[in-house]
Amino acid sequence: MTFMQRIVDFFTRKSTVSKGGGEQAISKQRAGGKMTARERIAALLDEGSFHEYDLFVEHNCQDFGMDGKELAADGVITGSGTIDGRPICIYAQDFTVAGGSLGLMHARKITKVLDHAIKMGIPIIGINDSGGARIQEGVNSLAGYGEIFYRNTLASGVVPQISVVLGPCAGGAVYSPALTDFVFVVNQISKMFITGPEVVKTVLGEEISMEELGGARVQAETAGNAHFFANSEHECFEQIRKLISFLPDSNRQKAEAIEPKKPKPAYRIEQLIPKDSKIPFDVRDIVRALVDDSEFFEVQELFATNAVIGFSRINGETVGVIGNQAMVLAGVLDIDASDKIARFVRFCDSFNIPLITLVDIPGYLPGSDQEHNGVIRHGAKVLYAYSEATVPKITVILRKAYGGGYIAMCSLHLRADFVFAWPTAEIAVMGPEGAANIIFRNEIMSAENPEEMRKIKVKEYTDKFANPYVAASSGYVDAVITPEETRAYVAHALKIARNKGVSLPARKHGIPPV
Amino acid sequence: MSEQEKFDQLELENGVFETRLTKKFALRKPYERIDPRVIKAVIPGVVAEIDTRVGKTVRQGDIMMILEAMKMLNRIKAPQDGTVKVIRVAAGEKVAKGQVLMELE
Repeated sequence: MTFMQRIVDFFTRKSTVSKGGGEQAISKQRAGGKMTARERIAALLDEGSFHEYDLFVEHNCQDFGMDGKELAADGVITGSGTIDGRPICIYAQDFTVAGGSLGLMHARKITKVLDHAIKMGIPIIGINDSGGARIQEGVNSLAGYGEIFYRNTLASGVVPQISVVLGPCAGGAVYSPALTDFVFVVNQISKMFITGPEVVKTVLGEEISMEELGGARVQAETAGNAHFFANSEHECFEQIRKLISFLPDSNRQKAEAIEPKKPKPAYRIEQLIPKDSKIPFDVRDIVRALVDDSEFFEVQELFATNAVIGFSRINGETVGVIGNQAMVLAGVLDIDASDKIARFVRFCDSFNIPLITLVDIPGYLPGSDQEHNGVIRHGAKVLYAYSEATVPKITVILRKAYGGGYIAMCSLHLRADFVFAWPTAEIAVMGPEGAANIIFRNEIMSAENPEEMRKIKVKEYTDKFANPYVAASSGYVDAVITPEETRAYVAHALKIARNKGVSLPARKHGIPPV
Repeated sequence: MSEQEKFDQLELENGVFETRLTKKFALRKPYERIDPRVIKAVIPGVVAEIDTRVGKTVRQGDIMMILEAMKMLNRIKAPQDGTVKVIRVAAGEKVAKGQVLMELE
């Protein structure tokens, strides 16, 4: 071949493979409201930044008539690029090629780019759109999945791992997203389940649609497997770009600081607090009143809404914010809220992101369903995660902080570095009503008018204990501060804690309750 | 904003709170005490055979029925000593999860 022939040959090969599964499969993909794998990568990354690798990888399956079959790029596109100039490793499964089915070489392309991300210390984004295992490849396909899960586990806490589910992701395949840090789903497009509707019907006799069983909304709202829900693929990509902006490239760095901004004037903290202490406020508004540009990028916005978690910035630096949401279920800790908080705390700790905890917690949710489903071990995760975290930990007690909930929500006892309390804080072993009923039981029972006496005693207890000063007198609160002072105190605390150094006992790893 | 909203009340150990309730909270299952004399299908399947009859005295551990489910022949044993009061299914019948199979007395 002459030089020109070689060049022409190269372009021919490249263009053939770049077409993926061909026109027909591509129109089918688009008809389902989905972009192609290449379009997705182009839409997500900075324009023209994508560099593809392993385009010419081919499967080596000989069975079931596969030997003559060519699968473009083996059904997955891998490479690297940038998001707002930040380096990213990425892969996207191509549903137009054999349904995005995962064979051994397909998996090897993914593990190669995962290894790359770990070695280079940069985030990895995986776009999942696959019918599942490539059955023709048999156990090799399973080996492929196993290799991916192993890499996901190694990468955990080393580089941020983002999974985007833009199509089916069923059976064993769901475990890759489950092992990663953030899962993004899109309404009507994402489908995740271990066993599909057909199996559910055969085995259990339950009639349920794919959407109801494992659609985007179910995953984001009920199961809590998804962290971000979007109505379109474009909205989803915007969310990913936003998330990346808050994160460091790896655990070896701190997130890059940006120009500090003041909170927006619309969020005046003193105006957000209702006069009646019984009326709940939206803790997210308090967050917005405290942080730069009033920007609170909420994670798991639809799941366990009695707790809120998300990213913000203070003086330009990324912080992870956790708050009890008194607007929903009075802000109790229950199984779902515990899982949500604990995982987020661990993520932030892994990636050097300071934690700001806003406490307004009446305690735990009572009930047999909670107890029988293991609220004890789930609740314990919160204690474990906060205790173990060595990043700067700043706690602000807004109102209620009762009993075990007080301890769990990053109290001084779990090594918060700074605990601030508003004058409205009520830090006590129990709520006044519960406490009065126990402490003054005899007096109430033997009173002429027990109901009257109960009220008197509740008031007595409230006056004496439902405040921040008892805890402050023991040094469990570092400072009682006004709501207006909070941002300044938190910002100062972050500055003081910048070079915090704590070492934990040497061990292979702890055994967090799961 | 928040001050105009009419909240629900949630009673907890530490008092009664004004708040919103969630769908999951509303759907939570109240506790149901288990009656060991009522034998229910723990998984859905097909009744392969019935090895007892109404009025028969059974000892704890006696096999009373075979339920074919998840490709396995599951032996349904008497959870305690007693007499078979009623059998609510027939051989060959498809049963749902939680369906009552028989009752002892």
